[in-house]
Amino acid sequence: MSSPRENRSSTLLLVGAWLWVGLPLAYGLYRLFLNAAKLFV
Amino acid sequence: MVTVGDKVGFLARERQVAPPGWNRWLVPPAALAIHLSIGQAYAWSVFKTPLEKSLGITGTQSALPFQLGIVMLGLSAAVLGTTVERRGPRWAMLMSLLAFCSGLLISAAGVWAGQYWVVVVGYGLVGGIGLGIGYISPVSTLIKWFPDRPGMATGIAIMGFGGGALIASPWSTSMLSSFGATTSGIGQAFLVHGIVYAVFMSLGVLLIRLPSPEFTAEKAALLKDKPKGTVSHNVSANNAIKTPQFWLLWVVLCFNVTAGIGILEKAAPMLVDFFKESSTPVAATAATGFVALLSAANMAGRFVWSSTSDIVGRKNIYRLYLGVGALLYLVLLTVGSTSTPLFVIAAMVILSFYGAGFATVPAYLRDLFGTYQVGAIHGRLLTAWSVAGVLGPLIVNAIADAGKKAGHVGPDLYATSFYIMIALLVVGFVANELIRPVDPKFHEPKVADETDSPSPKGDDEATVARWNEAEAADVAETAEKEDAEGVVKK
Repeated sequence: MSSPRENRSSTLLLVGAWLWVGLPLAYGLYRLFLNAAKLFV
Repeated sequence: MVTVGDKVGFLARERQVAPPGWNRWLVPPAALAIHLSIGQAYAWSVFKTPLEKSLGITGTQSALPFQLGIVMLGLSAAVLGTTVERRGPRWAMLMSLLAFCSGLLISAAGVWAGQYWVVVVGYGLVGGIGLGIGYISPVSTLIKWFPDRPGMATGIAIMGFGGGALIASPWSTSMLSSFGATTSGIGQAFLVHGIVYAVFMSLGVLLIRLPSPEFTAEKAALLKDKPKGTVSHNVSANNAIKTPQFWLLWVVLCFNVTAGIGILEKAAPMLVDFFKESSTPVAATAATGFVALLSAANMAGRFVWSSTSDIVGRKNIYRLYLGVGALLYLVLLTVGSTSTPLFVIAAMVILSFYGAGFATVPAYLRDLFGTYQVGAIHGRLLTAWSVAGVLGPLIVNAIADAGKKAGHVGPDLYATSFYIMIALLVVGFVANELIRPVDPKFHEPKVADETDSPSPKGDDEATVARWNEAEAADVAETAEKEDAEGVVKK
């Protein structure tokens, strides 16, 4: 059984890792949808 | 030959095995850190015009680094696939980081020196090797961690390759705006790219782990309700290419990719041409929005359809990609010019199938050949992509040019190439139908025993043991040869 402290650091690692890749991807998607919107104006 | 970093230290395969309790959801971000970075290759076009103006080169010349990079992607994935499997994903990701980022730094030096050939060698050759190693690096590891959802797992990673261009394109554009589109500015942009991507990719190197022996028990629980979740045989990469299944899948991937490129290559002018004569013509700026929507569909398809393949099966999902893909091309041909929304939606679905074809193929390979050397087999299959990358644009551009010369306008410009795409998809559909389970004579005998009655060792430990046995046999064979030839060892 892992301790609560280990659990917390494991969760932090998981969240941090997904943010690391998720934030740039979100920026890319935001710019993509700005471009895509041109089709409807 | 045993090298530092192979058997000892941070890169040793044994050190790559996860500690007990390692969360498997840490593996997809590790894979994404690599794929989102190397996907930058598809944003190369951002550098084309500034390079042409500052170095006085032609459009054909400015496309060379990208083209060489894609050729090197296929070649290095095919040639280095078995090495990647043997040395493990951390080694592969580090090599990908070093090659890809060195390529960008060499390009920076090349631009500053005004030597364009250095950019071609740096970005295309060195960086291209990084693309190939990076592309296949997380595949087999993801499949081992997600035996219950291999399509979804590889779909996430390969979606990252599509997403890489979405990030790089606006980022590189704004960097060139602030540094200036001169040799100095382009060099600075390459330098910043090299450094930032090295930092970004390092997450993958640090985070990637192979499943631990304890995961075997967890795996059994994951596969409890999934009788098709396990593959009871394994085929080596060398044997896989001797099977008809490999070559049928090669045809499926090649033609599915070619069909997608059929739209991608000419997307913006195609939309304008289709509705030129209609009451609702499409402006060129709106056409760039269409290209963006296609990119979104390409990326989403990689995740959505590949995940769906875990439920409906790999053969069925390729029936959808190829069969419905052919029908949608027919829709574009017959009624496409009557409605812009219909045209856009049909093209988006075709592009979602294009991306999904890439993302689902590792799971299809795993179903056919097992997990033993699936990364290496995937690497060899990627040569189909290299061929399609040449074939697709060649067909579409040649036919459009010939159509213009013949005086065709509007949808007629694309009719012949659409018919060719339909024919290719039908051939791909037939090839998919012909795929049967691999003949047992190609199976690895030892692994079959292990899978039927699980060994106390974990999957990966068993794989390491097999690699070590194979290496020991190679060393013994070489020693015997040298003895026979009278070679004196120092």
